[in-house]
Parts: sequence; structure tokens; C-alpha cells
Amino acid sequence: MTQHRGMVIVGAGECGARAAFALRENGYSGPIDVLGEEEHRPYERPPLSKGRPGGAVPLKEIATQAQWDSAEISLSLGTKVTEVDRADRVVRLADGRIMHYDKLLFATGARARRLPLATTAPVATLRTMSDAQHISSIAVPGSHVAIIGAGLIGLELAARLRAGDVDVTIIEVSSAALGRAVPPELAARLVQRHRNEGVRFEFDAEITAITDRTIALLDGSQFTADLIVAAIGAEPETGLAEQAGLEVRNGITVNVTLATSDQNIFAAGDCCNFPSPRTGAPVRLESWRNALDQGEHAAANMLGASREYQKTPWFWSEQYDLTLQVAGLPQPGRPFVRREPGSGATLLFQFDDDGRLVSASGLGPSGSVAKEIRIAEMLIERGARPDPRLLADAQSNLKKLLRTG
Amino acid sequence: MPSWIDACATDDIEEEDVIRFDHDGAVFAIYRSPDDRFYCTDGLCTHEKVSLADGLVMDEIIECPKHNARFDYRTGEAKAAPVCVNLRTYATKIENGRVLIELMGAQ
Repeated sequence: MTQHRGMVIVGAGECGARAAFALRENGYSGPIDVLGEEEHRPYERPPLSKGRPGGAVPLKEIATQAQWDSAEISLSLGTKVTEVDRADRVVRLADGRIMHYDKLLFATGARARRLPLATTAPVATLRTMSDAQHISSIAVPGSHVAIIGAGLIGLELAARLRAGDVDVTIIEVSSAALGRAVPPELAARLVQRHRNEGVRFEFDAEITAITDRTIALLDGSQFTADLIVAAIGAEPETGLAEQAGLEVRNGITVNVTLATSDQNIFAAGDCCNFPSPRTGAPVRLESWRNALDQGEHAAANMLGASREYQKTPWFWSEQYDLTLQVAGLPQPGRPFVRREPGSGATLLFQFDDDGRLVSASGLGPSGSVAKEIRIAEMLIERGARPDPRLLADAQSNLKKLLRTG
Repeated sequence: MPSWIDACATDDIEEEDVIRFDHDGAVFAIYRSPDDRFYCTDGLCTHEKVSLADGLVMDEIIECPKHNARFDYRTGEAKAAPVCVNLRTYATKIENGRVLIELMGAQ
């Protein structure tokens, strides 16, 4: 039987789903196949950091079956790809099926990193729906959860668990939370807020062993918990790309159009390593927005648009009533320009040597920093050189900078 | 029966901006356009119930602060992923420097 070649998307997370719909929005009328390993229809993740504590884990589907059907996108769930054969442009599946592609998109995402520790003790992670269900089933009110890693996922999980009256200890190997992704001052403020909510932190804590449900640290202290969750980051899913002979270096290497070294294969979202706009420095991002934007962008380029990806990195994190938003990539060691727009909100801006705005980070109650971070994001994207004194002046209307920039 | 609800003073909203208005358990967003007209929509994004008043108004578009959903606030029409559900809109009128919104069957 001969088959029409179509668009094949490997990975059914936010990125793959967005790419599939974007192909249709761009007028593509041929076959689209989305292949996902999980049994669930594509959903927003990680589910637990958004859901209500204590109850069932809410699954927020990206699109209903009716929407997939009406867009005529074929969704294959519980489907494992065994090989991408670039010479014949086919994808082989574990169930024996073969799909012929015109263009292929790797939207394989990332998987939770495992502890680099030989242990047979049960250590949970938080990435998938089943991870979230597992955590939710054990982390009942009054239980104790030890979270390894004070990154975004660890902190968001802690906030959710505290709201459900779960006792939380966070064990972090470095001396501060949130690593390089967030200005130290804002990270420290978040840690203080967690402490006020009853979260205990162990910084500079090197784990020597985990036995059953007990964590032993190098300094001799021990923590026993009902559940241990490793929240130490994620690793890109690159196995198939490597097997297919594509370049992989902390993610599948792509150029500014999100194409791999094979012009028929693209990669987008958490799994790809792409050149930063302006600097060209290779970067891999794990954020909701990046997954969507790159999925949409790759779709257009799979149809021949050849557009350069130039979006500014951006993420949002909610912890208790605080919202953290960061646009651009904060540079460790560079000075910040501070803006205090009131109601406890703080914005921190950074410039490069040419006076261009390169990052903006904001922390404040609920959506209090959203407008100004959004404006900053647009300024960063334009390569604008706003006057630092205007940014620092809480009375100045930042929106005017968009008109003049 | 439609009824007109006093929402705010015209001066409470800057040009090309939006404020939140809570009434009877419902959340509304009230906009002042660059050409100095007033509009009203539901106040929470149809995607994930985020307050639109925290979002940025650019010309006739309100952008959800969290997921960048975009709506034409004059018509409520959803303009970009991730949303496809339009916002409800409500008529407005100005009386004595106050912005009134029309709620059908409210109260």
C-alpha cells in the first residue's frame, strides 16, 4: 500500500499539540499525525503545580477529542516510536506501523532528571499525570514530603502541598534557591515566604544515601518522609534523534529556523537547543510559553516559511499569592536597575554593554508585575535601549517606551 | 430586564488601559480605548480564569497576562491561541463622569 507523505509530530505535549493545530491554521490540508507515548490526550503540565491540593488531580486537556477530530489531526496515544529512518523518511512504531513523512517535528520534550544516586528507595518525580496522581495519593494532610531541589518545580510543589496542610522539607545541594534563572534577591524573597508558610529548607545539603523513606546528609543529619520527590530538573528526550544521527548537545541542535541538520526534520520546545536571538548563544528552555511559541514557529517553517525564531524567553510561576515573572535570561553578576511600583512588587532590569535591555524579573502579589514585564519583554525583543532612570522611576509609564523605542 | 450598574469614574481608567470591577460575585474588565471610548467584558480569561485587568491593553486588544491569549475587547473576539472561546461583552454608557455597564437580567 502506498501512503501519502504528511506531517509527523513525535511528542504530544504542549509543543506537539500546538504545532499540529498551527499546521492547519497555516492552511496545510495534508495528513497530520501526532504520536504520544502517554495514554492521556495532550494536557497541560505539570498537573500538580496547578491543581487543588488534597483532591483528585485535575487534567486540563489542551484540546478535546472533538477539536482534534474537527481539525482532522490523527492522534496516536500510547504509541512508542522505535526509529526515525531519514533515508526513507519513515517513522517506525513499536506497534508495527510505518509512517511516511514529508516533514518531521521532534517535540519530545524532557523527562524528570533522576537522582545520581544508587538507591532502591522509592523516589518520585513530577512531570506527568501519573507522577502527579502518585504524589497526590500520598501527600495527604498531615503527611510529610521531602522535596529534593529548590528549583521552580520544587518550590511550586511546596506551595501547593502547604496549601493542603502537608509538612514540607526542601533539600538543596547549593546555597540558594532557583539557581541562575532568577535574580538572587527575588529567589531569597520567595524562600522567606516559603519559610513563613512553614516550609523547612536545608541548603548546602549533600545527600549521601536514601534508604527506604529516609534521606541521609553528609553532615550526618537525617530526614524521614512519607514521600520523597526529586525535583532536580529535566533532561531533553533526544534518544530517537541521536539514533537517527542528528546532532545532539544538551538537546537536539537546531538553527534559527528550528530546523535540524536534516532539512526535513525540525525540533521545538524542551527537547531542542537553539541559538538565542541576537547573541546566538545556544540555549535550551523548559517553559510553557517556549513550547507553544516554538511549536507554532516550527509548524510555519515546516510549510516553508523559513522564519527566524526571535521570541524572548519568558516564564511565570505562582507560589502562594505571589507571582514571579521573568522575561529574557538574567545574567549572573550583572547589576540590576530596580523599580518598586508599589503593593510590595519589585522589578529588576538588566542591560548589556550596549545599553540594550536584556532581562526583566518581577515578583509581587498575583498579577501586579504582569503589565510591566510584558512591556519589558517587548522592549527586549526589539533590542531597545530604554533609559534606566525611567525604568527606575515608579511614576513613569513604561508603555510610553514602546511608542518611542 | 437590563439594568445599568455604576462601575467606576471615567478618570479611574487611564487611556489605553483596563481596570477590574467586581459586582455580585462576577468579575468584569472595563477598558478605556486610545480614542477615549469605554468597553466592558467578562473580567476573567476564558482560558484559565486569570484576571484580564492585570493584562496589557494595546490599541483594541487586551492580552491575558498569563498565557498571552488576546481578545478584541470591543467585540470579545478571541484572536490567538491558546484560546478559542470569546469573552462576553457588555454595553457601557457615560453619565456625569461615571461609567455604567449594562447587565442583562442582573439582580
